[in-house]
Amino acid sequence: MTALLLKGGRVVDPAGAGDGAFDVLIADGAIARVGRDLPVDGAEVLEIARDWIVAPGFIDIHVHLREPGQEYKETVASGTASAVAGGFTAVACMPNTEPVNDHAGITQFILKKAAEARRARVYPIGAVSIGSQGERLAELGEQKTAGCVAFSDDGRPVATALLMRRALEYAGMLRVPVIDHCEDPSLKGDGVAHEGYHASALGLPGIPSVAESLMVERDISLAELTSAHVHIAHMSARQSLRAVRAGKDRGVRVTCEVAPHHFTLTDDALDGPVKYDTNLKMNPPLREAADRDAMIEGIGDGSVDAIATDHAPHHADEKMLEFDRAPFGIVGLETAVPLVFDRLVHTGRITLARMVELLSVNPARIIGVPGGSLAEGQPADLTILAPDLPVTVRAAALASKSRNTPFDAWQLRGGVAATVVGGRIVYQNPDAR
Amino acid sequence: MPQVMDADRMSRALTRIAHEILERNRGLDDIALVGIRTRGVPLARRLARTLQEINGDDVPTGALDITLYRDDLMRHAVGPQPLVRRTEIPFSIDDCKILLVDDVLYTGRTIRAALDALIDFGRPRAIQLIVLVDRGHRELPIKADYVGKNLPTSLRQSVQVRLLEVDGTDEVVIEEEP
Amino acid sequence: MTARTMERTDHTGAPAASRLRSRHLLGIAGLEADEITLILDTAEAMKEIGTRPIKKVPTLRGRTVVNLFFEPSTRTRTSFEIAEKRLSADTLSIATATSSVTKGETLVDTVRNLEAMAPDMIVTRHPSSGAPHLLSRVCRSAIINAGDGTHEHPTQALLDAFTIRQHKGRLAGLKVAIVGDLLHSRVLRSNALLLTTMGAEVWGCGPATLMPAGIDRLGLHPTTSVDEAVEGADVVMLLRIQHERMHGHFFPSVREYFALFGMTSERLRRASGNVIIMHPGPMNRGVEIDSDVADGPYSVILEQVSNGVAVRMAVLYLLAGRDEMAEEGPP
Repeated sequence: MTALLLKGGRVVDPAGAGDGAFDVLIADGAIARVGRDLPVDGAEVLEIARDWIVAPGFIDIHVHLREPGQEYKETVASGTASAVAGGFTAVACMPNTEPVNDHAGITQFILKKAAEARRARVYPIGAVSIGSQGERLAELGEQKTAGCVAFSDDGRPVATALLMRRALEYAGMLRVPVIDHCEDPSLKGDGVAHEGYHASALGLPGIPSVAESLMVERDISLAELTSAHVHIAHMSARQSLRAVRAGKDRGVRVTCEVAPHHFTLTDDALDGPVKYDTNLKMNPPLREAADRDAMIEGIGDGSVDAIATDHAPHHADEKMLEFDRAPFGIVGLETAVPLVFDRLVHTGRITLARMVELLSVNPARIIGVPGGSLAEGQPADLTILAPDLPVTVRAAALASKSRNTPFDAWQLRGGVAATVVGGRIVYQNPDAR
Repeated sequence: MPQVMDADRMSRALTRIAHEILERNRGLDDIALVGIRTRGVPLARRLARTLQEINGDDVPTGALDITLYRDDLMRHAVGPQPLVRRTEIPFSIDDCKILLVDDVLYTGRTIRAALDALIDFGRPRAIQLIVLVDRGHRELPIKADYVGKNLPTSLRQSVQVRLLEVDGTDEVVIEEEP
Repeated sequence: MTARTMERTDHTGAPAASRLRSRHLLGIAGLEADEITLILDTAEAMKEIGTRPIKKVPTLRGRTVVNLFFEPSTRTRTSFEIAEKRLSADTLSIATATSSVTKGETLVDTVRNLEAMAPDMIVTRHPSSGAPHLLSRVCRSAIINAGDGTHEHPTQALLDAFTIRQHKGRLAGLKVAIVGDLLHSRVLRSNALLLTTMGAEVWGCGPATLMPAGIDRLGLHPTTSVDEAVEGADVVMLLRIQHERMHGHFFPSVREYFALFGMTSERLRRASGNVIIMHPGPMNRGVEIDSDVADGPYSVILEQVSNGVAVRMAVLYLLAGRDEMAEEGPP
């Protein structure tokens, strides 16, 4: 394979080369050199605009690819196409497929599909319990050998404190984190929106913030007991963040992620012109302004480790239902980067270096995979960004099979120019030249 | 705006009509007045008073709202919806001679609606029509039995009857549509 | 005062609108004070039709109204049917307990199949909050919400307001106490919105477990004390308590509920001298309301039912008169 030289852009690589006008030379699918004015020497040259950013590939550690079993919503192929269109060189996919990914055969199936698709890398997350039913531990060892990078019963919390303790101990032995969807089922009840004024006004049963934070506190205590690593999925409530900060201060191995919709939207969106818009229904739900603002603050001050989309595709027919009957979830792979730019970077809340930490450095570290930096020898996974590109979100034009996004027609500033995986350009944005 | 009747002429017209009623019906047996809202109602009450002064008997008087019977009700999306008001006919109309009272007779559609409405209330022996002004241009075979003034008009004109009880003054004027 | 203002004011002096602004009635939330006044004034005239020998006017002749009820309801459905027939509309009632919905057909598909008969209006009751809003986006007919989940029941609030206005002459400045399961009540939300829009002071009373979050932002004075709520009240409205709620740990027993919150003649003594007692029905005697009170001299509960027909006739008439279906598709 010929070498590839990325010439002319601005590298932002906080865990490696730092920040500067560097060229990047790629050979045999790995980073060969990063430096100023590198000689061409027969390499294929990719001209990068001077204001574009060259960063280590973004990794989304919370994605639902829906295959096996729900291919009408998304497949590994369409999901990874959506990922690279969103600037992600790798995704970690959750096990709540049909059947649930609780044994090695399914992990192998997913990896096979990812290899056939040849777009983003896929790191499967295995179920903690068989069928995610919360009764018996799944074969975590076998699953790790097959390729799982973490364990979760996502869609549900890990059912009991005892099971979570054992899972942390066992996964800790395997040096793999447990990712928990933190929610107390009895407090959540049949809730479909954040418990607050808007849910009350619309007659929607509410999910109180404490349903999340109570479970977060449980998991942090258990991680403390077991000295294992717990990762809090899709954190949304300020009380949860408070618990995470306290845990970190005590030295507990807790990390957390926030999804773009939780630093952008609040439950005020429910009072918009289209009432009962099911594209505003997700779990955890959109919360109050104080929660959104707390998430932004945590993202800025380092208490929040990663941004992960919780990309949850659903078919249009499934979302065209009464609000309480529609499934939870929105797609997110292709809107994450523009939202991070528009709402966090351009508003001065975070630097570009911090953006790369949240989307690449930390996710790689949390699930223990290569990436997160452009150091020599690292896989040649890069995300090339156009920070001032005007982006109009068009649901009908998404690469994902599904269209369930609340951001349709939003005009944002900042987007993806190109995505490189293993030295191959897997995506180029036609609007970014 | 040319005034075609002033308060004095209106009053004399109503008095004349009252005498005609008595003459034609040979008295007031089984007679009742029903005014069509809005301005037919005060006109009916004035007639009742005049009849009482001349003849001595009280004439039962009612108010009829014909909004829900109009044939053009559901056809105009433009403009305010006519406000529906109460019909008040506190007596049986069966076997009565009903004298319908309205301010202006024009296409005749209001009277047709009033006839439909009345028949839902009972079975009068006869119905006669009293109008203050007949301005012509009938679209239905309707004729007034008692007319205060015949007023030939063009389609571009509109006739406004103003009454003390409703508008604060008594007069009839013609307006040109622009 | 000119003729126009004499004819078109409510008793607080606020003028009535000349027509309704929206082609649907999805909730009180979409209505302003002048539109509420218009509906109540129109209902006055409609009420008179019920006193005639022939209780029918030809106004909606040739219009088709479908009553699409996904929740069982004899009272509301019958009330709408009578209202529609009195206006000479062609009516069709579909109670979907036994129909295609149980076979798994979605709400949207059910309604799209109805469109074949091109109903002018669909009156719908559904167990999910927001179902009428979804319908208004996918079908061409005008939608009237006859109760959606725990969200709104606008015609109930309108007939309640009509009843109050009949007795008190106005809505503004009255103290209204609403007592019961506030959390799950669509009647509460609609009434709270309507009464506060029209200038009444509304108190919401019930167990703490049944108080909706953000209740004060809904315009209500919240209290768990019945005595405080009823003190000087001009109107006391009781809401139904569902026995199933005991399973959600909302209250331990109906006996205790009655002891703490049931409306008795004793409790009522704190209310104003000419208080009126209201209930949307059906009543649980001995739970939220004592029989003495339900059948007593202050109760206007039966009038509410008969006013329901007049108010629903007014709503049907005012929405049908907008006649925009021919010109527009779905919004």
